[in-house]
Amino acid sequence: MVGRNGTDGQTVNKDTHPLAEAPSPEVLRAQEARLEEAWKPPTGWRYWSEVNNSIVGIWYTALVLFYLLFGGVLALLMRIQLAVPGNTFLNPNLYAQVFTLHGSVMMFLFAIPIFEAVSILFLPQIMGARELPFPRLSAFGFWAFLIGGMFLCGSIFFNVAPSGGWFMYPPLTSRYQPGVGADMWLLGFSFIEVSAIAAAVELIVGVLKCRPPGMRIHLIPLYAWYVLVAGGMVLFAFPPLISGSLLLELERAFDWPFFDATRGGDPLLWQHLFWLFGHPEVYIIFLPSVALVAMIVPTFARTPIAGYKWIVLSAIGTGFLSFGLWVHHMFTTGLPGITLALFSAASQAVAIPTGVQLFCFIATVYVGRLRPSIPMLYVAGGLATFVIGGLTGVMVAVASFNFQAHDTHFVVAHLHSVLIGGTIFPVIAGTYYFFPLLNGKLLSEKLGRIAFWLLFCGFNITFLPMHFTGLRGMARRVYTYPAGMGLEQLNLVSSIGAFILAAGFGVLMWDILRPKGKGSDSPRNPWDAGSLEWLQEMPGKSWGVRSIPEIDSRYPLWDQPNFVRDVDEGRFFMPDAEEGKREMLVTSIIDAKPQQCLRVPGPSFITLISAIFLGGVFIFPTFKMYWSMAVSGVIALGCILYWLWQGSGVIPEKDTKFIGHGVTVPLYVSGPSSVGWWAMMITMLADITAFVSLLFGYFFYWTLHKDFPPASIAGPGVAWPVIGLLASLGSWALTILARRWNRDEKPTAFYAGMGLAVLLAVFGGYALIAGPQIAAMDPKVHVYTALVWLLAIWAVLHIAAGIVMQLYCVARRYAGRMTGKYDIDISNVTLYWHFVTITVAATVAVIAGFPLLR
Amino acid sequence: MTHETQHEAAEERQSLWLLVLSPSIWAAHFLASYAAAAVWCGAVEDRTSGVDTMRIGIVISGAAALACIGFIGRIGWRKFKLAGGEPPFDKDTAEDRHRFLGAATVLLSALSAVAIVYVCLSLLFVRNCL
Repeated sequence: MVGRNGTDGQTVNKDTHPLAEAPSPEVLRAQEARLEEAWKPPTGWRYWSEVNNSIVGIWYTALVLFYLLFGGVLALLMRIQLAVPGNTFLNPNLYAQVFTLHGSVMMFLFAIPIFEAVSILFLPQIMGARELPFPRLSAFGFWAFLIGGMFLCGSIFFNVAPSGGWFMYPPLTSRYQPGVGADMWLLGFSFIEVSAIAAAVELIVGVLKCRPPGMRIHLIPLYAWYVLVAGGMVLFAFPPLISGSLLLELERAFDWPFFDATRGGDPLLWQHLFWLFGHPEVYIIFLPSVALVAMIVPTFARTPIAGYKWIVLSAIGTGFLSFGLWVHHMFTTGLPGITLALFSAASQAVAIPTGVQLFCFIATVYVGRLRPSIPMLYVAGGLATFVIGGLTGVMVAVASFNFQAHDTHFVVAHLHSVLIGGTIFPVIAGTYYFFPLLNGKLLSEKLGRIAFWLLFCGFNITFLPMHFTGLRGMARRVYTYPAGMGLEQLNLVSSIGAFILAAGFGVLMWDILRPKGKGSDSPRNPWDAGSLEWLQEMPGKSWGVRSIPEIDSRYPLWDQPNFVRDVDEGRFFMPDAEEGKREMLVTSIIDAKPQQCLRVPGPSFITLISAIFLGGVFIFPTFKMYWSMAVSGVIALGCILYWLWQGSGVIPEKDTKFIGHGVTVPLYVSGPSSVGWWAMMITMLADITAFVSLLFGYFFYWTLHKDFPPASIAGPGVAWPVIGLLASLGSWALTILARRWNRDEKPTAFYAGMGLAVLLAVFGGYALIAGPQIAAMDPKVHVYTALVWLLAIWAVLHIAAGIVMQLYCVARRYAGRMTGKYDIDISNVTLYWHFVTITVAATVAVIAGFPLLR
Repeated sequence: MTHETQHEAAEERQSLWLLVLSPSIWAAHFLASYAAAAVWCGAVEDRTSGVDTMRIGIVISGAAALACIGFIGRIGWRKFKLAGGEPPFDKDTAEDRHRFLGAATVLLSALSAVAIVYVCLSLLFVRNCL
């Protein structure tokens, strides 16, 4: 809906129609040449500075598939070891490294990132957009993922890989594994999790703000709904793990006793934080894969999806309920019966939305006319496999059954059915379906069919017997088993199956990588699909879509007449790049009304350089090289500031831009309509979740110990923390005022206010540290002292970042890069300070206020 | 389209928050139940006293949560039943978008209600902390 009715001032439905006449061929060619120039990828070695989603997405996806193969080879090594009882192929230590790395690689380097990689690659096309709103952030995420992933995978070649299982339970990992393996896991994956959160921010803002005009919230492709939900889940699921990793690393590196029972700690806290991440993570993996199915099924059933709103219900419902399941991984840890009952109830409830979406797919196939195809073959195989995993999931969600099956191969069989059926098969279906969009080539139907049967049979031959070995008592994560327990034949069958499965992957990889000749052999829209991504020419252009269409339907290619022609002939919005800049359209959240023409930054090496030095911050402490870490951190900060300085909040040469069809939109927007504001908001939600996880630790210890905070240990007192809080509140208030003074063009008041805000922030940070410092609290003595220190340091680090941002705003204004009108920098910094204030207030309430209640 | 429905369905009056309100109430009740169980079965002196009070408290607060969810569901239902229009409500109009948001609110409220009932039922059957 674009345009206004001038008579009564009411917004009315007035759809934009494509231009009746195409521009002349000369105009069209000139437009295309300008678009081409603006979006041209760099050549030579500079190719690696590209940030365009269509290229970074390919790198990302290829890397994820590489990690999948690496994890698969590790699995084969395990199956060789377990083929016969008493085997000596892998020694116990190496076996532990192999299963830990297999689980970790598959989860952190394949299953989660495949969703982000595929979304970065295709989400803009699925939504008819030219780009995602922060291309450099995508590129940065990719480089961080490459560095962190290689660091972890490489460790096994030096026999120093982590060996504590993919969930790293202390005290095994805190006290009994002195090598660097566990540190690599904790720090390396924290680095990768940061990049995952960055990608989630990008994708959420993409779905909310970068849709084409007319694509109202009830018309968006289901893929985008799933991305929105999964991205939101990343924001709340990953921070607990980052906080947990911080605690465990602090214990390993500095002997702060968070998990040491002799000093008031408790290993169970790790399990809570880990599974608070770990269970939602299963759905973070599963939902985007279902999203692929939701795109594929309507195409081959040749009918719109049945029950669109029911699928939205199941996506959002699953997203919420999945956060109430984490304790079902901890049924055997001796938690109160009532707690187990609560989590068992939620675990049963989540089956409802999970089932609803599957029924919607079945209904779609039922009402449509199904056309058999390779993608549908994989979808069907995947759903069948997933249902088996889902049913064994309902079994293990029953606490009493769980007590019997815990830590056996039954659980291994269950989780692989869920993950392979729920993720790998749909991803392969997606590979066959979307492959023509990459380079205009179709994959081979014959090879696809061979690979499917090898994978499907191989999977079942491998994992079906594990249900029985598990029920017969075969423990997981043990490098061998004795003869005579009835396990020999079943294990041998599993191992044979694993190689059949691997052969299936071999055929698939050959199909993807084999030379396919020049030119394109896929027609445009080869599957006759109705969704926007199939607008793409074969092979695609780097600009994405030729013009940004007006959307009237969930399946525009089916329902809107002459749609492809109109897009191609630039009859919709923004058919040109007059100023030679990379531009995309930002629209409103509910109804996708045009709000801004956003200029996105082009190729740059700064993303790679920033990722390298930020990587240093996580990699050096693994080897206790803290000075190198500090230097690397300072350089990373400098790189990121440089990146922001020249790439974000750029003041345009004119205020507005005409995008066609009588619509003129601003080139610069700040506040809640801008993508930057949303990115800050979403990032800080993740940040505050990490903080809440630390607070959870505090109260967790309180429920465990009758004497917490211990009467024998002096706390930080009340005075200093409260002074710190007051100073921070002052800094926050001055930042808000400075935003107004900047807007009112009162530079003197602005500079004075900001200067005072910085001073107050510095003093506030000092006062927060002074509390535990003056009370001489030793973090190594007891978990209480360690937690008070950690909370204080956490708050101070946030204040420190806030000071950098305040100074940044001062410098921006001084350099003329921020004015009263162009104030996105201080607008976002103010938003950041809201969150800092919440963090500091909660910290002071807990460390100074809570002890008073006793 | 009447003037009122047009006003009712205007974008400025909409938000996605209504969608997630019912599941958030479930989440709040679930978290409170978990915390109550952790406190009574952990921090309170022994594992028997006051547990029944806690169980009853969770069930009563569950009933209150259900009432709130019912209220939100009703708002959703009214939006869904906005005058006029033909199914399947997938046209590019503000009214169909309005109905969609209403229907999704109803469905999510129903799911949240079921999840809360499950939680309360489990507490009727499991009587102690052991």
